Amino acid sequence: MSPLRLWLMLWRAQWHEGPLRMTVPVLAIALGIALAAAVYFVNHSALEEFEQAARRLAGEADLVVRGPSEGFAEDLYPQIAKLEGVAVASPVLAIDVSLPGAPRPLPVIALDPFRATRVQPGLLGEIAGGLRGFFEPDGIFLSMRAADALEAGTGDRFEVLVGNAPRSVRVLGLLSDTAYPQALGIMDIAAAQWMFGRLGRLTRIDIRLVRGAALADVHSSIELLLPAGVTVAAPAIDSDRLASATRAYRVNLSMLALVAVLTGAFLVLATQSLAILRRRPALALLRALGVTRGGLERALIAEGVVLGLIGAALGVALGLLVARWAMRVLAGDLGAGQLAGATGSLAVQPLEMLAFVAAGSVFAGLGAWLPAREAAARSPALALKSGDAQAGVGTTRPWRAGLILMGLGGVLALLPAIQGVPLFGYGAVALLLTGAVLLVPDVAERLLGSVPAMRRAPLALAVAQLRGSTAQVSIGLVAIIASFSLMVAMAIMVHSFRESFVAWLDTVVPADMQLRVGQVGSTATLTETDEIAVSRIEGVARSEFRRVLPLALRRGAVPVALIAMPIDEASAAERLVLVKAVRGRGPSQLPPVWVSEAMVDLYGWGPGTEVVLPLAGGDLAARVAGAYRDYGRSGGSIVIPRKVYASASGDSAVNEGSLWLARTADAAAVEAAIRARAPFGEALQIRTAAEVRDISLRNFDRAFAITYALEAIAVFIGLLGVSVAAASTALARRAEFGMLRHIGLRRRQVVTMLAAEGVLTSAIGVCFALLLGGLLSLALVYVINRQSFLWSIDLAVPWLALAVLAATLLIAAAITATLSGRAALSGDAVRAVREDW
Amino acid sequence: MPASMSLLATVVVGLAAAVAATGTLANATEPAPALVLAPAPAPVVPGYRIEFPRDHGAHPAFRTEWWYATGWLRTDAGETLGFQITFFRSRQDAAAGNPSAFAPQQIIIAHAAISDPAHGQLWKDQRIARAGFGLAQAREGDTDVWLDDWHLARKDGAYGLAARAERFTLELSLAPTQPPMLNGEDGFSRKGAAPLAASYYYSLPQLAVRGQVVREGRRDIVSGTAWLDHEWSSEYLEPGAVGWDWASVNLADGGALMAFRIRDRAGRPRWAGGTLRAADGSIRHYAPQDIEIIPGRVWRSPRTAIAYPVEWTVRVGERRLELEPLMDDQESDSRLTTGAIYWEGAMRAREGGREVGRGYLELTGYGEALELR
Repeated sequence: MSPLRLWLMLWRAQWHEGPLRMTVPVLAIALGIALAAAVYFVNHSALEEFEQAARRLAGEADLVVRGPSEGFAEDLYPQIAKLEGVAVASPVLAIDVSLPGAPRPLPVIALDPFRATRVQPGLLGEIAGGLRGFFEPDGIFLSMRAADALEAGTGDRFEVLVGNAPRSVRVLGLLSDTAYPQALGIMDIAAAQWMFGRLGRLTRIDIRLVRGAALADVHSSIELLLPAGVTVAAPAIDSDRLASATRAYRVNLSMLALVAVLTGAFLVLATQSLAILRRRPALALLRALGVTRGGLERALIAEGVVLGLIGAALGVALGLLVARWAMRVLAGDLGAGQLAGATGSLAVQPLEMLAFVAAGSVFAGLGAWLPAREAAARSPALALKSGDAQAGVGTTRPWRAGLILMGLGGVLALLPAIQGVPLFGYGAVALLLTGAVLLVPDVAERLLGSVPAMRRAPLALAVAQLRGSTAQVSIGLVAIIASFSLMVAMAIMVHSFRESFVAWLDTVVPADMQLRVGQVGSTATLTETDEIAVSRIEGVARSEFRRVLPLALRRGAVPVALIAMPIDEASAAERLVLVKAVRGRGPSQLPPVWVSEAMVDLYGWGPGTEVVLPLAGGDLAARVAGAYRDYGRSGGSIVIPRKVYASASGDSAVNEGSLWLARTADAAAVEAAIRARAPFGEALQIRTAAEVRDISLRNFDRAFAITYALEAIAVFIGLLGVSVAAASTALARRAEFGMLRHIGLRRRQVVTMLAAEGVLTSAIGVCFALLLGGLLSLALVYVINRQSFLWSIDLAVPWLALAVLAATLLIAAAITATLSGRAALSGDAVRAVREDW
Repeated sequence: MPASMSLLATVVVGLAAAVAATGTLANATEPAPALVLAPAPAPVVPGYRIEFPRDHGAHPAFRTEWWYATGWLRTDAGETLGFQITFFRSRQDAAAGNPSAFAPQQIIIAHAAISDPAHGQLWKDQRIARAGFGLAQAREGDTDVWLDDWHLARKDGAYGLAARAERFTLELSLAPTQPPMLNGEDGFSRKGAAPLAASYYYSLPQLAVRGQVVREGRRDIVSGTAWLDHEWSSEYLEPGAVGWDWASVNLADGGALMAFRIRDRAGRPRWAGGTLRAADGSIRHYAPQDIEIIPGRVWRSPRTAIAYPVEWTVRVGERRLELEPLMDDQESDSRLTTGAIYWEGAMRAREGGREVGRGYLELTGYGEALELR
């Protein structure tokens, strides 16, 4: 018999038994794949779009020279332009220009169009219409998005803030949406240098090389010219920077989605095992009729692969739909906030779609492989005997292998991340999970053995039945344990994170009111006079001001945030969530700075390290006095006493502040007074501590919305597992039910027995999964979270939520067991008994 | 006479208007940067005495200036090529008062082209930059203008000239064999009936050329004869003028002819002028009524669909020259730098069927590009 015909036969028989049963593994695979594909497509599209936008800005530059946000001296530009091998050097001054009343500044790229168009020819088409106006001292080109936000069209004027004074600029023209999807302005470099007080400064030089020039040679000759804090790199690093900024998050999501696929595979394993068990006599008959062992095995695996294929194809289609929806609703980073500029258009790659389909069928094939082997290996003579369907699945107890795998998982958890991705951490989770699943048969047997004797007949029967079929029970448990334990682990991780986040918020937002002028690194600041004016407003009991600005410490790296605030070593523990500190002043007389945990990991700035900060006024040597948690800035931040910063940099301006109000003061009145007094008016954001807290937590929950979705799907898959196991066992045991009815058990008692079996099975599964989930959550909290986000969190268990979930699962199990029992009992008892004889 | 200045002039007028408008709007009490209105560019008036080498150099007080080299080359392999290299300087008023080193007080533009009839190809490229940082500049005192690695400089009486484009390179030395030829009244060349529509203009015909041409990496040693124009002005075209036809011919007998006419929107000549220097050095200047320039065969550009009369009959005094192009397609699209599309090409001059000289022909304002944008 050809394998194809054999397979068709099996398939038809399976179909006759109940088409619904076959759709369950298909559905499980579809859900897992849909999730993985949706996460992948959304992130990929967003990143792609961001890269394209970045490339349009950087154009065809071969090398980009970059300085800190305050820029570098423009003398560098002619020096680089004259270098051998440099075809074009395009000077750029990038400024975040504050707008009165707008929450975000307008990024302005000031350039020399004559140079810039040779590096990015696309620019020319955008500004050609207005080239003759380009040199106007107050002219600007706006992207459509910026124009929409400002409600300004060509020829209109709008106001920008320079320091705290408004200045008027005129819109020379609009840049096309396709070329510049983000909010952006383009100005002439001379006009911008003058208007924003940046005479003699540049922040970037884009370089195109002469054809055939050696990149490495030009790179090194440029490097010789660069002052401290200025770097040269190939522009690919730009998209790399973004990729690394979002990588941890994306990898987390993708891996979690893959876990969902794995759960689906476990479900396939469970359903296939049960299906094969049930069909054992039929399969044995086939063997007796001359089908070879290999042929049968292949046919069964093929069956799994086909189920996977159908499921995965459905899953990819579903994933695309979900991705399209998510792009519209949550934006390109699924709510994490790192890709704020990207708009929602989905890039679909047929190759990747195929890969997902392939992955789905491979997982399903793997799920079918074990039971297929066992069914094929079974002696036909034994299997043909009736009742063999209930006989145990393998006799070997794989608990040794399980313990070894779990031990290996524990070892992997100790290994460091690879390029910022906790690959070993995920490996540890996978090994712990697989190992634990292998322990299930033994654990189930022990637990069932320890259940005390029941007096009521249905319960006693249920326990006896379960004891007699540990193997089948274990298979049914695999899917629910896999999904529920992962869900428990994720619930614990998110809860721990949220609790730590709330505690952190309380420490860093201690005051009643927060002020902020413009965005970090933008042109708007408050002067010392403004500071005094604010602190003297009635109702303000105490005030504190901070300077927050970006600081590039290493070439190509994301700038870290430098926070200059009133702090000293005595008060540090109250103002920061310190995780490591150096007590006392130590031998060094250097001024203290505190660094976020990310600085320790990224730059090796542990407590006690002596470091050099490249400030605007020159390099400042400092000593790291401690490390603190910073959930607000994953790229790293440094806290420096404001006095130290001001004297080293000569920069006494501030852009953030905290106000403590007098007990009798009214927040709204104080805010009105500040707005009335201060010259910076609308550019000033004022928020109460409660608002800051609300907004932060809303952002937090939004960022984890996708995680909650994953959890819900994991629960759903788990429930599917429970009901599949219940339904298939119930159907397979129709003869047994008939027998029980014959010996006098009432129908209701049989149903009670089934419900008891369901609850007992699920209880074992839930307890096991709770323990396993707790274990996995340790890996998530202490390994995966720490390695991908570079910050620590404290373990906190959401007891109530877990209890509710466990109860829900138990009730659902009882209901499905009852329902499937009712269905199985619907026929005539006598016929059911006869059917098997 | 280059194609580009019309647009530059337009740009400048537009900018001046914009600056004036902004000036009125600007708050008088506003702190720096305040708008400083630049003094108007110097007017071109009769009676100026051109002196060398001073007037070989740049005249930044004037709005527009160019050094314009055209000529015929012959490679060692016997190929015939035409070439043109132009450096423009354009004074901008928009950025007046801006202390930034990037303030575009002066813009430098350079065009280069090789007419290659054997390959039916016009190799061309262009550059534009604001003067400053030592990267682009037009110096005063003697000819010395450069833009990155393109340059034209007079040294020891001869001109060194280089244009290094993406696909070709021109490196030439141009040695004068005759004294400069002052056009118009001692170099005061009128371009229209309006008194200010004029330029200071002299030519250096019969320059002996040596040097090399590299096309797509293939290097050829070349020699030939060139013509250099140096012209500066502030109000080149009067209102109503849309373009011009201009020709320069190095006559085979050692003489030189320059002739131009300025057209209005309907294509009628509004003004004309010319200079003929005989081999013996005697010079005749022609008034508008003494010059007739008659268009002949028309060639239509497949790229821009602009129709150019590429053959001409030029009548100056008693001479009547038939001009025919080295090749038809010598159209230059310089919208990226000066905003103009024009035809600029090598041509032969015949008189009674016999070749009497070789030169260059420039046709501007035939397309929409010279329309004021």
